[in-house]
Amino acid sequence: MTDSPGKPLTTAAQPLRAHSPEVSAARARRWGSFFYAEQVLRVMRNYGWSVILYSVGQPVAYLFAMGVGLASLVDANSEAAFGGVSYLEFVAPALLVSAAVMTASGEFSYPIMDGFKWRRVFYGPHASPLIPQQIASGHIMASTVRFLLQSVVYFVVVALFGAAPGPWGWVSALVATVSALSFGLPLMAYAASITQDKGQFALVQRFIVMPLFLFSGTFFPLDTLPLAVRWIGWISPVWHGTELGRVFTYGMDQDPLLTITHVVFLLATAIIGWVLVRRQFVKRMGS
Amino acid sequence: MQEYLQEPFHIFPGATSLLRVHNEAIRSSTQSPTPSESSRTNPDMNPQTVISARDLTKTYGDLTAVDNISFDVPAGESFGLLGPNGAGKSTTMKMIGGVSQRTSGSLNIMGLDPESHGPEVRAHLGVVPQQDNLDEELRVRENLIVYGRYFGLPLSYLRPKADELLEFAQLTDKANSKVDALSGGMKRRLTIARSLINEPRILLLDEPTTGLDPQARHILWDRLFRLKESGVTLILTTHYMDEAEQLCDRLIVVDKGRIMAEGSPANLIREHSSREVLELRFGSERNATIGVELQGIGERLETLPDRVLIYAHDGEAALEQVTSRGLRPMTSLVRRSSLEDVFLRLTGRSLVD
Repeated sequence: MTDSPGKPLTTAAQPLRAHSPEVSAARARRWGSFFYAEQVLRVMRNYGWSVILYSVGQPVAYLFAMGVGLASLVDANSEAAFGGVSYLEFVAPALLVSAAVMTASGEFSYPIMDGFKWRRVFYGPHASPLIPQQIASGHIMASTVRFLLQSVVYFVVVALFGAAPGPWGWVSALVATVSALSFGLPLMAYAASITQDKGQFALVQRFIVMPLFLFSGTFFPLDTLPLAVRWIGWISPVWHGTELGRVFTYGMDQDPLLTITHVVFLLATAIIGWVLVRRQFVKRMGS
Repeated sequence: MQEYLQEPFHIFPGATSLLRVHNEAIRSSTQSPTPSESSRTNPDMNPQTVISARDLTKTYGDLTAVDNISFDVPAGESFGLLGPNGAGKSTTMKMIGGVSQRTSGSLNIMGLDPESHGPEVRAHLGVVPQQDNLDEELRVRENLIVYGRYFGLPLSYLRPKADELLEFAQLTDKANSKVDALSGGMKRRLTIARSLINEPRILLLDEPTTGLDPQARHILWDRLFRLKESGVTLILTTHYMDEAEQLCDRLIVVDKGRIMAEGSPANLIREHSSREVLELRFGSERNATIGVELQGIGERLETLPDRVLIYAHDGEAALEQVTSRGLRPMTSLVRRSSLEDVFLRLTGRSLVD
């Protein structure tokens, strides 16, 4: 409690005035998703250091372990198995995509439950002129910024390791971001449908994220796997993203039709996921 | 300073400038004088209706949460929905706030249907939900600024406005604290401050003081009373009769989704209860059977598990009659009738179970 009246911040002559409700509503209708994205980014800024350390630390650790440590054994045996590139070059685009997908599995699961159930943060903006679809889109947009930043940092580390020989390698950062959305948005739609936490996200991590990470042509070409598990790669955003990343990073030889398939798969799943997310948010929060 | 000292309550100085500005904003944004002002100058004039509900109904499957209710709220009024948990108060608030769709009936907020004009309606409102949903990962001041951004308000407005509202909510010292570090009462005040960031003319408060200790409640009531004085229309749900009596000009008593009675707290008490109430406790085993021996005393008798209530114009006289019959209650208390008694009369049940 203050002891003195203090200096008024405004005076009757120059009152601090909010714009009219009509202007608020018009701005919210137009820019609402961005307004909510701003909130999410402000929250992320609070743990910015851990985002940066994760973005840098993870590629350094993985590239050393897989690309340098494991590669010394693999390359000594056969370079031809990896399309004539070193194991480090082969594995780097896959690690980049996997890292983005893993971040998405975090960003689109627990925070959604938090928004609807634990701390109910989605209901605050819903009492403002924002609509549920904008809250969903704002969360997605802010997360996309995070995936992109992380992927750019990851790519820079890959480049510093000398694992991005081609001029188009940077596109793999975009591919990783789209892959994250391709995997993450359907997950977000599922997360938005959960009303009781019964450990579903831990199951998603163990039985979906991990198999996708291991069986998506990440550490070895997909066609070396038996057909019985190869399908995991075909439906995996990690595989589609990784294959595209390899094309851009070191010019992996690929049928153009297959390249287009990868692009279409990633975009289609992301768009369908986005539609489902918006629908689920409306269902959960009303109009 | 002089002006500050003239305020009826001066425990919190910042409120003066805030309310002056808020009042000013409300006056200038209303085409006609504010109803509270107009009713002061011309009591017969019909004030502008800001909320109008007709046959409002909301069902969830077989459950009818809100059952055909109608009411009007003029601008500047403090309007309450009083009822027990599950009466349909919060559902009504959600429909007013345009975040829950009605099953049938019509609803009009500032001339707009919240179902088709959700963002436009919500731009007029300040909302204090039953459950705080502050951004615990943001600091106190940032909570206000971020919320203001949802209304498209520029930072040049929001930064000084946030400071003003923190003063109003007596949270200036906590501006840079984490929300986690605030007490329940402080969080509630921050939620109210947040709801005022867009200078709303209508404030929806859903159970604003539930779970707060008495001191925190009184501070909050003082803040709300100041807003009411400044011309803000308050729509308030509560199951606390004292809160309803303190803050509401007019209220509806709601039970099982229906309006049981409507009027000012004083009128409701006058219509549905006696002037005084004599509360007697004979012990839980005797309370139920003592009724026969008390027949004829007062206007009405109500037997509850823990006490017996005798409704009478003169409670002391009723007590004398009780003792003259040789009855010796363990405790006795004469008090004024309250809204609790009104609710009991209308529904046969107590407000807080």
